[in-house]
Amino acid sequence: MKVVIMGCGRVGARLATLLAEDGHNVTILDNDDYSFRRLPPEFKGTALLGNGIDQGALKSAGIKEADVFVALTQGDNRNVMATQIAKYIFGVPRVVCRIYDPLRQEMYSTLGIEAISPTKIFAQILKEKLES
Amino acid sequence: MYIIVVGGGRVGYYLTKALLDEGHEVLIIEKNATICKSIDDEMGNVCFRGDGCETANLTEVGTNRADMFIAVTGDDEDNLVACQVAKHKFNVPRTIARIRNPANEIIFKKLGIDVTVSSTNIILEHIEEEVPTHPLTHLLTIRDKGLEIVEVKIPADAATVGKTVGELSLPEESTLFLLLRKQQKPIIPKANTTLQAEDKIIAVTTPESEEALRAALSGTK
Repeated sequence: MKVVIMGCGRVGARLATLLAEDGHNVTILDNDDYSFRRLPPEFKGTALLGNGIDQGALKSAGIKEADVFVALTQGDNRNVMATQIAKYIFGVPRVVCRIYDPLRQEMYSTLGIEAISPTKIFAQILKEKLES
Repeated sequence: MYIIVVGGGRVGYYLTKALLDEGHEVLIIEKNATICKSIDDEMGNVCFRGDGCETANLTEVGTNRADMFIAVTGDDEDNLVACQVAKHKFNVPRTIARIRNPANEIIFKKLGIDVTVSSTNIILEHIEEEVPTHPLTHLLTIRDKGLEIVEVKIPADAATVGKTVGELSLPEESTLFLLLRKQQKPIIPKANTTLQAEDKIIAVTTPESEEALRAALSGTK
C-alpha cells in the first residue's frame, strides 16, 4: 500500500522504516530536513521536505494516490488539521492521527477521526505495571 | 453578547477593545502570562491565561454560553482546532477563524468553521485593485452563498472586442450584470450587447469559475 507519513520524529522515522522494510511504498514529510537523519541509510522510501498542512506539499507527497495517511508531528493541532485535509479534501481511505491531549483525542475520535493519544495509553500501561 | 476571543496578539487586542466598546461581554484566552497581565492591567479582568484549544479551559470560561467564538492566533491550525472544539464540544452557534494561508479558506469551510477572515487575502485584494493591468479584480465576497462579485476589464487587443455577449461561452456559474463604459451610463449587458475595448464588466461568479470567466471575457486561454 501507499503510505504518507507527516513528521519524521522518532516515531515517524521508525514507522516509515518498518513499513518500507515490509515492502510498502512510503513517503515521509517533514518541514526540517535535519529530521531525515533519523532514517537509516538503506531506507527505500521517499523523504520529502514540506509542510504537511499545505495542500501543495501533500500533493507532491502523492496524497491523491495514498491508501493511508499518518500525522505524527509534535503539534496536536497540526496533526488534526493535516488529518482532516487528507480525509475530507483528498479522500484518503484511512487516516491516523496522534493527539497527545486525551480530551482532544476523545473529541476527534467521536467526530470519526482515528486518533491515538500516546499520553493516555502510556499512562495506562505504567499504571498497570505499577499495580501488578 | 458573550464573545470569546482566542489569542491576545495585536488582532485579538484591538478586536477585544472594539467589542468591549460596543458593550459586549468579552473574554480573551491567551497562553502568554506577560501579554495576559498587560491586557488585564489595561482593560480590567478580561484575560484568561491558557490554551484556547483545551476543553478544560473552555469549560472554565463558560464557552457553552458563548454566542460567538473568534480565534485570531497567528497559527491557522490552532485557530481551526479551537473553533472545532468550541463548535463540537460546546455548541457555540458562531465560530470565526483568522487564517494566514488563503488556501485554507475552503478547507476551513469544509470542516465546519462558520466564517474565515484572511488578512492576507484582504491585503491582496486591495493591492490588486491598484494594479491597472490586472485583468480581474475582486470587489466583494458573498460568504454564505459562496459567490463573489468581480470586475473584468476587456483589454484593447482582446479577441472578444466586437463580439456580442450572446456569442461568449461564459461559465454556467457566472452572471454578467453590469457593463461600465467610459463616458456612458452603466449598461445592463444583454445577449445583443457588443463588447468594446476597455469595457469593464461586473459579474457575479463562484471562485472556481473565476478563471474561466476571465478567459471567456478576454478571449484568451
